[in-house]
Amino acid sequence: MRRGRFIGILVTVVAVFLVVLFAWLLQGKQIDVLNPSGEIANAQRSILLFTLFLSSLVVVPVFTLLIYFAVHYRADNKHARYQPEWGENKVLEAMWWGIPIAIISVLGVITLQSSHSLDPYKQLSGGKPLEIQVVALRWKWLFIYPEQKLATLNYISAPVNQPIHFSLTADAPMSAFWIPALGSQIYAMNGMESQLNLKANEIGNFTGYTTNINGQGYASMKFTAKITTKKQFIKWVDEMRMIKAEMNQAEYSKLAIAKSETSQRTYRLTDADLFQSIMHQNMSHSSSDSDEHSKMDHSTMEMSE
Amino acid sequence: MSQLVDFFIGRLSPEYIPTEPITLAAAIGLPIIALVVVGFITYTKRWKWLWQNWLTSVDAKKIGTMYMIVAVLMMLRGVSDALMMRLQTAVAVNGASGPFTSDTFQQVFTAHGTIMIFFVAMGLLFGLVNWILPLILGARDMAFPVMNSISLWLFVAGMMLINMSLVYGGFSNGGWLGYPPLTELEYNPGPGVDYWIWSLQIAGIGSLLSGINFFTTIIKQRAPGMTLWKMPIFSWSVLVTSVLIMLAFPILTVTLALLGLDRTLGMHFFTSDTGGNPMLYINLIWAWGHPEVYILVLPAFGVFSEVVATYSKKMLFGYRTMVWALVAIMFLSFIVWQHHFFTMGAGANVNAFFGIMTMVIAIPTGVKIFNWLFTMYRGRITFSAPMMWFMAFVVTFTIGGVSGVLMAVPALDFQVHNSMFLVAHFHNVIIGGVIFGFFAGITHWFPKIFGYKLHDTLGIWSAVLWQVGFIVAFIPLYILGLMGAVRRLDSYSDPTWQPLFITSAVGVLIICTGIAVLLLQLGYSFLKRKELKDTTGDPWDGRTLEWSVPSPAPHYNFAVIPTANHRDEWWYRKQHKLTKTPKSTFKDVWLPRSSGTGIIVGVLAGLAGFSIIWHLWWLLAICFISVIITVIRRTLNDDSEFQVSATELFHEVGKGR
Repeated sequence: MRRGRFIGILVTVVAVFLVVLFAWLLQGKQIDVLNPSGEIANAQRSILLFTLFLSSLVVVPVFTLLIYFAVHYRADNKHARYQPEWGENKVLEAMWWGIPIAIISVLGVITLQSSHSLDPYKQLSGGKPLEIQVVALRWKWLFIYPEQKLATLNYISAPVNQPIHFSLTADAPMSAFWIPALGSQIYAMNGMESQLNLKANEIGNFTGYTTNINGQGYASMKFTAKITTKKQFIKWVDEMRMIKAEMNQAEYSKLAIAKSETSQRTYRLTDADLFQSIMHQNMSHSSSDSDEHSKMDHSTMEMSE
Repeated sequence: MSQLVDFFIGRLSPEYIPTEPITLAAAIGLPIIALVVVGFITYTKRWKWLWQNWLTSVDAKKIGTMYMIVAVLMMLRGVSDALMMRLQTAVAVNGASGPFTSDTFQQVFTAHGTIMIFFVAMGLLFGLVNWILPLILGARDMAFPVMNSISLWLFVAGMMLINMSLVYGGFSNGGWLGYPPLTELEYNPGPGVDYWIWSLQIAGIGSLLSGINFFTTIIKQRAPGMTLWKMPIFSWSVLVTSVLIMLAFPILTVTLALLGLDRTLGMHFFTSDTGGNPMLYINLIWAWGHPEVYILVLPAFGVFSEVVATYSKKMLFGYRTMVWALVAIMFLSFIVWQHHFFTMGAGANVNAFFGIMTMVIAIPTGVKIFNWLFTMYRGRITFSAPMMWFMAFVVTFTIGGVSGVLMAVPALDFQVHNSMFLVAHFHNVIIGGVIFGFFAGITHWFPKIFGYKLHDTLGIWSAVLWQVGFIVAFIPLYILGLMGAVRRLDSYSDPTWQPLFITSAVGVLIICTGIAVLLLQLGYSFLKRKELKDTTGDPWDGRTLEWSVPSPAPHYNFAVIPTANHRDEWWYRKQHKLTKTPKSTFKDVWLPRSSGTGIIVGVLAGLAGFSIIWHLWWLLAICFISVIITVIRRTLNDDSEFQVSATELFHEVGKGR
């Protein structure tokens, strides 16, 4: 049949063209998720590749059978067998219930295991974590270093190979904190505190984003994670401690208005309770909402632990 | 005095008239189009014809056609939105400004998602089910024909409101599911979010009524002899979908109502202060939202089951497992909603549970794919357009399935959630599954409704262009997601993203060509309707009862209600030469009269929505009371049917064949 051959040629030409196109597009691209610089992101990449492999156990047969059946059982192939009343076969059906069940069982185990091992709330090994408090604002990121008594706008500085513990809240519509090169994202919400543990294992500047739409300045709301050596980090802290600009309730109020801000700034933290007070100001005025409640309480959600 | 004025005009004010050039153009364009249409109808004196034959019709096939018209028009708007988004991201790099401001861009993607799901996918779904469900069951009509018309007009009312927002007031900028607190008064005091809430609320109630109608039709109106296990698989898929609609849509209604209460009466269900909890909203909206995905895709699976069997000239492989797979998906679809927000911070065990449940859905879905493939095995496959849509579906949907399984692993989802990877994934399954499925279904059943076939080669070209366009548009988005591009960006600073965004824009243009060819196919086939006429009533050597009646199907569907003893009843009859209907079996038939109830309720509901959005409380009260009176009046009407006599039917059938 002429049409069949035409379709065959068309499909092949288009497929080759697309493969070439995407190979060309991928040239020299930095793909953070596949080529990460953090411990968590590395582990996530391994799971991604293994899951892709497991999926291919189904996908490859599906595509092969689709093409083979389409070509072989086309109406004008008189050599092909035709059995119009054949519609059941227990063995075959058991096979394609069974194989996916087996694959999903393996994946299920990985899922359960990795949900725990890569839980963003789980503290990472490798020494005492650096504490950073994160406030998502309209539309900028405020970072507070409670131990170094510093605050930064739209950038963080952190040492390589040391765990970082982020506590996150928002004074804005729900936002999300994501540094693709380092791994895992987490939502930041008004009056609540969520947590994230990351660890960089390479030096460099990595971009972070909000992934959840939070109003006009959403697209410009980015920050840089500057990962340096331990020495450089200590030097940075010492230098910044000399800086004039202060971060306290008054300065914060000026910052917390609905306005995009993309510049990177550093402040000395002069109000140790700033993060807590930002969280509380967005919390309910009703008395029943105690501190315990407003945190996204991990322990109550997980009965088994 | 000013209080009195305020009472009558609510918050209507000149400040909401659009000012931005692009929105302004749309705001002027839409009323002009409406005027042209009204003018044309008036000029050709078609109002009476339109009112009697279409607007007040309770014939499911005509209602289906009206759904289809709305859905296709809305698809054009949704695709324009998509094109606008990709044009913006193709240029707005590194400080360069795109054609749209952030606010417009955000309204555009909100409108795109809302329109595509609620008014395109749902519209095509309701259209197709209305066309085919009664016919495939061997029934004359839906169980509740007037309620069916009400469903349609509530759907239209929702659609009118969403388009109204373009002309006056602006639309929501909160994304298609409108997460609070962004959509609360605190951050969004204007009417945009209210347009979003009330257009979905009104259309959603219509959907719920449709679900009840389809369910009742399947349970009560099947042809004698057609037990559930002899029902064609398409009706099984609609049965499962209508159960999902009945269980899920009330959740949507309540959720939107609570958000509406927050916004109009200053309550605090989902606000971030005073005891409100936005996380509750996110749970509720997805408890509806996830089943909604299956509400859309399961009927498309049903279409493919009929299509593959028909064009392979072979019975469907594994009918029973197909049914069990549908039922399994129905149950599972209700216990996976949390996978839409693994990143909200629930514990590892909660995430793992929902992740594993999500993967489990891949099992019955995979089974269905293999069953379709083995329906082709030892068949005689004709590659007409519906079969090409099926081939495109298998390729696209399988890729979407893989990315879906990837994202079902919570640990992985933390790395791709809300990125372009997610965007690519759900377009993979929704376009590949739902849209391709309904296009296959429309092409397949078109002759049954209109009496002529659609031009086949143009249909194949459309499928090819859609498939190629799809790959070019969405594979770059997967890559962008892995590079760190998040969704809904109206600008970005990394220049290495730009080539991929441009490629994606080209892909959207190819899809647009596919749509143009689709429209061309409709137009060309209409012009050539004489050559493409279906004289037999059974152009594809069909298997189920709808092919036993002439094309186009008469308004009473079946002159004599058939008895069905086999799954593929019509195929069986053809094999055993039992296709003639003896004269003695003809009986008088009672059919429902046209009714204006549906359109009146629709207009009143639309006005009610408008009055809530603009705080016109007096108008809301009038509309609300009028709806109740209209419905009660209808229930008191005893003269709601007319008769077609047996001899009349017999002669018509003799003529038609």
